[in-house]
Amino acid sequence: MNNPIIKLRGLSKHYKNKIAVDNLSLEINKGEIFGLLGPNGAGKTTTILMLLGLSEPTSGQAHVCGHDATRNPIAVKKKVGYLPDNLGFYGNMTALENLSFVGRLNGFSEREAEAKAIELLEIVGLKNNANQKTTTFSRGMKQRLGLADVLIKEPEVIILDEPTLGIDPSGVKDFLALIKKLNEEQQLTVLLSSHHLHHVQQICDRVGIFVAGKLLASGDIPSLSKQLFNKNGYVTLLRLQNSAEATTQLKYDIESLPGVQEVIMTGNELEVISVQEQTAEMVKHVVGKGYGLVGVEQKTYGLDEIYLEYFKNEKNQDVSNEKSKRVSKKTFFKRK
Amino acid sequence: MKNLKESLKRRFSKENKLDEIKSPMGVLLRKEIAEHIRSWRFVILLTLIILTFTASMYSSLSNIKSAFTSSENSSESFFYLKLLTLTDDTIPPFHIFLSFLAPILGISLGFDAINSENNNGSLIRLMAQPLYRDNIIVAKFLAPLVIVAVLFLTLTFLIVGYAMCISGIPIEWQEIVRIIAFNGMTLLYIGFWLSIAILLSIRFKQPATSALTAIGIWLFFTVFFQVVVNIAIKAFIPNPNYLSTDKIAYYNEIILNILRISPSQLYVDASTTLLMPTVRSLGPVSMEQMVAAIPNTISVRNSLMLVWPQLSGLIAFTLLIFAMSYYLFMRREIRS
Repeated sequence: MNNPIIKLRGLSKHYKNKIAVDNLSLEINKGEIFGLLGPNGAGKTTTILMLLGLSEPTSGQAHVCGHDATRNPIAVKKKVGYLPDNLGFYGNMTALENLSFVGRLNGFSEREAEAKAIELLEIVGLKNNANQKTTTFSRGMKQRLGLADVLIKEPEVIILDEPTLGIDPSGVKDFLALIKKLNEEQQLTVLLSSHHLHHVQQICDRVGIFVAGKLLASGDIPSLSKQLFNKNGYVTLLRLQNSAEATTQLKYDIESLPGVQEVIMTGNELEVISVQEQTAEMVKHVVGKGYGLVGVEQKTYGLDEIYLEYFKNEKNQDVSNEKSKRVSKKTFFKRK
Repeated sequence: MKNLKESLKRRFSKENKLDEIKSPMGVLLRKEIAEHIRSWRFVILLTLIILTFTASMYSSLSNIKSAFTSSENSSESFFYLKLLTLTDDTIPPFHIFLSFLAPILGISLGFDAINSENNNGSLIRLMAQPLYRDNIIVAKFLAPLVIVAVLFLTLTFLIVGYAMCISGIPIEWQEIVRIIAFNGMTLLYIGFWLSIAILLSIRFKQPATSALTAIGIWLFFTVFFQVVVNIAIKAFIPNPNYLSTDKIAYYNEIILNILRISPSQLYVDASTTLLMPTVRSLGPVSMEQMVAAIPNTISVRNSLMLVWPQLSGLIAFTLLIFAMSYYLFMRREIRS
């Protein structure tokens, strides 16, 4: 797995009054789908532009496919396909002409470019619209044409900037499936930036969380959630029939069980954090005491939670100094 | 010989053309030209140019008979040059007409060169392809010039051919050279306005702003510049009644030179000299200089020498402004 195709080392980009990307170091391996996750304005696009040599880093280096992106952008652009977040086509050219134009720019002859364009249009499912002008295309169609446009240069790496923005749910599903398929079939490395957690979660092998120019964490989703929420514990959710039953007595009862670290009560739900997996024991205990248990759930964290958790951290960082004395039980959760 | 034939055949047969790998510059140029030709704007401009040609040809053809009979020197009458410069005073002669039309052509073919592509998102897509950034701006500059060159040469020679058919007067080589030189001059003048328009299209995000600014600059030079110069001159120059003839000539020269800052003045000077062989000087001529001069035409070489300062001035202006836009574009960060 140690074959990085994209290597960023200490990459920074400073604008006049803002630091867009701050000392970013990242390695992405060949054949991997990496999700760059962050809110709007986190510096995702700036990072991508620096990867392509379209923007000059203030300091640091970006190596893509063994080439320095700042010094030798042409070599990088030959191997990297980039799908910008709001891409545009030449409106009064047809889809086929648009594709073949890009193909010819990448050093294919007219015949080759045309053949490849037709082939790709079929892959992305736009074969019937090949001779239609692109002004008539819907957003989803444009996005698929964009993918074909990226693939026509036979890239080793494709970089997709917010590829799912503005497409309807079924379109998103197809689009992501297509990317996954291409990744598997052609061993393409995919770098995907998004603020849509579910989309990233669906297909990414690894995720990097990127906030305010900094990469806060990276790794696959299970390890990220582990890193984030409970370093040495499991979370079990117990749902009672009604909130009247969730008394402090019950809370103490469960807390007294061996291994339980913490119990948080919200309405009729109890969140139990324990050292090891002991759901059965808890259920036995609760039912044995005669409570009306209606649901038990082992909590796993998706990106949504990871994301929110990081944001809480971000926001709380500013006010943490003032509030540091006020120790509440929730601070445990806020800690990384 | 056989080899040559073979290679020519290969060069021009359609089959092989499809397999030829073109340089990115060639591909870009082709796309730019195709885009221009297919646009509505081109149709409108074409109509405008053809109308201008027809109107000025009509007025000069209906007047040419009287001009001929009153001509002092019938041995070198330059029928075809007269065709392009004569007028019946209802409309301006062709070369003056062009001094209005050329800026419009240049501005309208260039005012949205970069910003409209940037706005619709196709510029970033283009930048992600393996081509040098200067290829884009050079193609943006050359494509309109190629179109205009073809158009003007075609139209002038169509007129010359038509006149040849109806009059049967043979054309002199001098006339051909002068007409081609005049076309080159016009092309240069259009190139000047094109480079201004492209500069503005890089500088301003909205095509409307850049178009308006370009038209503003044009209006300033054609209308207000002369007014401003005249007002300023009146304030600075002493009353001519108290001046010697030498001084008057000296001041006249200064005024003319100031007026020549305006590119339209340069163009009118140059095109007049090129199309009217009888023009021997662009400044004031004293009686002493005219004494014993034969009222004859001057040679092409002398005419060209007379307009050389104008020509180099225009070239310098064009290059300067193109260099500015080149610099701006190369340094610019392209974001969608």
